[in-house]
Amino acid sequence: MNKPWGMLISARLEVQESLRARWFFLYAAVFFGLMLLLALTGISESRVLGFTGLSRLLVTYIQITMAVLPLFILVTTARSLVGDREVGNLEYMLAFPVALRHWYWGKFLGRLLLIVMPVLAALVFAVVYGAVRGIAVPWLHVSLYAGLICALAACFLGLGFFLSSMARSTEISLGTSLVIWLLLVALLDLLLLSVLIRSQFDPAFVVGVALANPLQTFRTASMILFDPQLILLGPASYVILDHFGVPGYVVWALVYPAVLGLVAAAAGFWRFSRTDLV
Amino acid sequence: MIEISQLTKTFDGRAVLDALTLRIAERDRIALVGSNGAGKTTLFRCLLGHYTYDGTISINGESARRRDPALLSRVAFVPQLPPPLRMPVGELLRFAHETTGARHDTMTEMAGRLGIDLATVSRQPFYRLSGGQKQKILVTVALAREADLLIFDEPSANLDPAARGAFIELLATRDDCAMLIASHRLEEVAPLVNRVVELDRGRVVLDDAVADRLAAGEQHSCMVVLREMHEPMARAFLSWGMTAKGDLTFTGHVPAAESFRFLSMLSRYAGLVEKFSMDVEGKRRKGG
Repeated sequence: MNKPWGMLISARLEVQESLRARWFFLYAAVFFGLMLLLALTGISESRVLGFTGLSRLLVTYIQITMAVLPLFILVTTARSLVGDREVGNLEYMLAFPVALRHWYWGKFLGRLLLIVMPVLAALVFAVVYGAVRGIAVPWLHVSLYAGLICALAACFLGLGFFLSSMARSTEISLGTSLVIWLLLVALLDLLLLSVLIRSQFDPAFVVGVALANPLQTFRTASMILFDPQLILLGPASYVILDHFGVPGYVVWALVYPAVLGLVAAAAGFWRFSRTDLV
Repeated sequence: MIEISQLTKTFDGRAVLDALTLRIAERDRIALVGSNGAGKTTLFRCLLGHYTYDGTISINGESARRRDPALLSRVAFVPQLPPPLRMPVGELLRFAHETTGARHDTMTEMAGRLGIDLATVSRQPFYRLSGGQKQKILVTVALAREADLLIFDEPSANLDPAARGAFIELLATRDDCAMLIASHRLEEVAPLVNRVVELDRGRVVLDDAVADRLAAGEQHSCMVVLREMHEPMARAFLSWGMTAKGDLTFTGHVPAAESFRFLSMLSRYAGLVEKFSMDVEGKRRKGG
């Protein structure tokens, strides 16, 4: 079947397969439950750094999401293709006449839907919660967060597909994905700060690394609406604001991670389609 | 129909298929034999486009692209080991229907003949079925779809005797397509096939066109001497048209095309055989 609906069939199989797996329910419970917990513990009534109401709730939620979402995506996706190859599922399923590109991108699409749905549902819950409690709903922030989450999910999903296509065993794929996640987390603050302090590199290079780190991009963009001067970031904020401006950086934060993820997934497909499939 | 030319596949520098050349004509029924590691499964995976390879595979004169959906739509496949799919059986059947056009009523009928009720197992996860049930489902899916080539890799390994018999009967009814069957139970598939191809170290070392010899009327001259009288065995020899000389000696002619089946029967009584000869004398039937 060299028809576009081969991709839809593949996406449907992926969604159904994931719904049968425990990881999805754990994942959904964590991200939806987290929002529920934050709402019930009255965090919207507290004030930190000037944030209060639903904005305070969203800031807290988004910071936790940034830490956990990529790890969840990488761990569950990195073993997807390579795991199916190891146990023999690919040998059978790829003997059916579905174009390889439809098979691969259908899986990607199905998994992307699954990943973003619980987080977006949590945001919808926050909006409903705010409306019910009579708290003003910051629609711009909610929309930005929804977009950022989709971009971040596409980014790490693409990386996961890339790793799963490249690796010849589940262990290697999982190990590599954890190393990449740790590296990106470390580059958020620890390594970046130490590099800055020691001044061994051109500050422009260090800022470039920060801009290239999808986690840092997400983090900065999530702050930028509440803190347009990026006071929290310190001097680095000048580079961002001088070069991008607030709207420019928001666009960068939405587009760059998504493009990075799609390029990684495309590279994974290129590799997948040119080597032994089973 | 399918021309395989100079097909080579190497793993870590070791050639598992070594310049293999084979032609599969329309409605050819080929038993693929060979020891473990001979290259049977690798050949199947190359045909299905799962592996990269050197050499060419062409279908109806056109070089096949790697994992060509158009080609796969004409090839039905049953793997050696059933995959541990988590999806329910019903979902697998739906997938097969959507991608290959296999009809549900045909699948239900096929499964029934193999001894499995699809309605009963429809909601069960595929991987939770027994080995035999899994194999029956895979065979059902393969036989229910239209195909020009059936590829079976040890298809009856997990089947009980009744299901094996039904499977062979179902295969026998598929005279509309070519078959490539790897099996260690050659005696089972022997009546079905018109060619026996043996692989060894990735090369074709025997391509025995049973049909050609059958058409030519070739027969083997046989003699069996038993250690002791054994009534069932004597009846079996007589049913093959052999003549008894005393209680212990049987002579006669076995059609070359039936030699696998005859040897299979004989192997069941190997402990009773004192002496056995089978000469390829090329005796021709009149008018053969």
